[in-house]
Amino acid sequence: MSEKRLSLSPARFLSARRRHRSAGLVVLLFGLLAVGSAYAAFAPDNAVADNSAQSQQIEEGKKLFAVGCSSCHGLNAEGATNGEGRLAGPSLIGVGAAAVDFQVGTGRMPAVQPGAQIPEKPPTYTQAEIEALAAYVASLAPGPAVPAQESYDISKATDEQVTRGGELFRTNCTACHNFAGRGGALPNGRYAPSLMGVTERHIYEAMLTGPQQMPVFSDQVLQPQDKRDIIAYLKALETQKDPGGFGLGRLGPVSEGLWGWLVGIGLLVGVAVWIGAKGVKAKGAKAE
Amino acid sequence: MSDKDFPPPVKYLDDRLGIGKIGRKNLRKVFPDHWSFMLGEIALYSFIILILTGVFLTFWFKPSMAEVEYQGSYSLLKGLHMSEAYASTLDISFDIRGGLLMRQIHHWAAVLFIAAMMVHLLRIFFTGAFRKPRELNWVIGFTMLFLGIIEGFIGYGLPDDLLSGTGLRITQGMIQASPVIGTYMSFFIFGGEFPGDEFVSRFFTVHVLLIPGLILALVTVHLFLVVYHKHTQYAGPGRTNNNVVGYPLWPVYTAKAGGFFFVVFGITALMGALMQINPVWLYGPYNPAEVTAGSQPDWYMGWLEGSVRIMPGIESSFWGITLSWNLIIPALLVPPAFVTLVALYPFIEAWITGDKREHHLLDRPRNMPTRTGIGAAFITFYGLLWVGGGNDLIATHFGLSLNSVTWFLRFAVFLGPILAFWITRRIAISLQRADNERILHGLETGIIVRSPDGAYSEKHTPISDYEAYELTARDRILPLETGPETDDNGVRAPRRALKKLRSKLSQFYYADAVQKPTREEVQEAHEHSHDADEIHELGETETYREVTSDRS
Repeated sequence: MSEKRLSLSPARFLSARRRHRSAGLVVLLFGLLAVGSAYAAFAPDNAVADNSAQSQQIEEGKKLFAVGCSSCHGLNAEGATNGEGRLAGPSLIGVGAAAVDFQVGTGRMPAVQPGAQIPEKPPTYTQAEIEALAAYVASLAPGPAVPAQESYDISKATDEQVTRGGELFRTNCTACHNFAGRGGALPNGRYAPSLMGVTERHIYEAMLTGPQQMPVFSDQVLQPQDKRDIIAYLKALETQKDPGGFGLGRLGPVSEGLWGWLVGIGLLVGVAVWIGAKGVKAKGAKAE
Repeated sequence: MSDKDFPPPVKYLDDRLGIGKIGRKNLRKVFPDHWSFMLGEIALYSFIILILTGVFLTFWFKPSMAEVEYQGSYSLLKGLHMSEAYASTLDISFDIRGGLLMRQIHHWAAVLFIAAMMVHLLRIFFTGAFRKPRELNWVIGFTMLFLGIIEGFIGYGLPDDLLSGTGLRITQGMIQASPVIGTYMSFFIFGGEFPGDEFVSRFFTVHVLLIPGLILALVTVHLFLVVYHKHTQYAGPGRTNNNVVGYPLWPVYTAKAGGFFFVVFGITALMGALMQINPVWLYGPYNPAEVTAGSQPDWYMGWLEGSVRIMPGIESSFWGITLSWNLIIPALLVPPAFVTLVALYPFIEAWITGDKREHHLLDRPRNMPTRTGIGAAFITFYGLLWVGGGNDLIATHFGLSLNSVTWFLRFAVFLGPILAFWITRRIAISLQRADNERILHGLETGIIVRSPDGAYSEKHTPISDYEAYELTARDRILPLETGPETDDNGVRAPRRALKKLRSKLSQFYYADAVQKPTREEVQEAHEHSHDADEIHELGETETYREVTSDRS
């Protein structure tokens, strides 16, 4: 036994002492020390270091939010009810800057009144204010950021990509937005809005964040390249002239039927009445 | 005119074909003149336009489902794989000179063809022109309308674009919904699983050969019967049930109808040139995995679409068979029942009224209040289903909820026709009363006279004899009686329940209609008004320059 005691290596030392009364305490102290120093070494100290433009923007956004948004979304964007137990505005924690840029940038937010769907209208805030609001909401929790200019830049899209975008559009979007992006009805007063005249960035953000009734098409579902192709196809549709004359709203056979009856049959019956009244009979003095 | 008076070319043909004699008889044929008699012509002329433009389209359309890669000049679809049918439709639209114009004229002519047939049918219905001896011609006309709708729908399916494919998919769903035979029929029509690669070539043959041939044959019979029966006319001085008053075919109607043909062609061509229809390039090639908002059929199938759209989703299953009532009722029961009623209406009305006489004078709609009311009810029913077919666009364009529109229609299709029937019938009866008022008391002059004892009255001036004739040229119709319960020998009369039903319906048809005043009533009324001094200013200078031909 004695020679064993003498040849005690550090490992053996620990092994032998591991059942010591104060071993647990020592391990705990070591652990705390390690975590604490690691945190001190690696944690971002933005609160202290970044008192620059960004924090000012967040601060400004927070103020704007308190005035314009908090009545529905809650003072800390946690969502709120309207006093009758119904949700007035959903929580915005984690929706990301892209959602704010879309909702406020297209004028949907701030909403005039709650309803089945909040319609688009001229934006209330300036671009700088929208950016501040977006920065504030983004600062609450991570979420999709406003896409960079090059992710929706379609100026270099090839014909092949546009065609591909059309195929993706028909597969994923036309069921609600109509074959020409003119919008369509959804249940209970909701609707898929027309995509004509919507900016590239907003279309991209809508796919990314799934505003209101729209499903989210995250970058894993529709990759950035897919999104860009879809936007390219939509812009091609928007600028395309109707080769067949007036497009009749590009709404499909319903508007064609309406025009056929109103213009076509209307004119032809009018001519029939005219021919019936004119001609031979007009020469006779027929007083009916 | 004897044979030798024919100009040489006519004489040449007359010697060989005998056309001189046929022509001499038929060119003098008299037709009455009224704008509403030209509605059927619109249908005839659009049919001719359809044939002409259709022939052009067959030169380039490839009725094939073979897969090709599109390399035409429409860049937004370039490189996409699609059926040859769709690719050739794109080629017609973008790469063949005048192709798009022809396609659009063809499609607009189809829209007008069926609409004109329907307007023509309404004219026939509301004026009672379907009565004996013309019931069979009504059925022929109805058959053409029916074939025209099928023809249009098949044509809509031919380009194999996303919209037509979706339409066919819905139709296939309806076919499959028929109990027991549904799946067999679907396999039979599409030659296997939907969509398969057979239907375009099959539909093409039906579209360009079978149905146009049938329609053409029926048009011939239809027109032959018009000539044979002679055209109906509105009542008026000199116009009776036994004659036809109007103008001869040559030169008056040759000019009028010929001119009208060019007007119809011109308007259709203008529509084809200015108004874009069926932009298949926007829809994209058919792909069963894709669907688009605003997937609707052409207008004449819209009521069927609506009836399916507003039907609540009910289905039941027993003994391993699923019955999709949400399709069986709106697609397989209601529409056939509706069109059968329309097709058989002349026979139904003839049975109810027991009227076996020939009728060559047209009814004014107000003089048949119940029939007019039924017509209004049918139009309302059809119109509401139409609205149902476009419920999504109604919702988006009028800021309504899709569900509210649908729920409204679910009740309105039942209540609307009843309301329309009742209102129209009451209006017709009021108009009849107004007519009687005119006959008995004349026109209101607007001159108020104060009598010596202080009473005020308005002066009336009697209407002309011509107008009085026109207003009273109709039958005094009384409802049918059930008849005695037993015959002379005390035997119970046969089919009494049926007769009772018939007299009930006859009551319903005629009981509330206002009868024209009797001779005595008119005389009495006129004597009354002669007490006051009258204003007589309608001259007797009216002349009629129409030709009369005996109906014999």
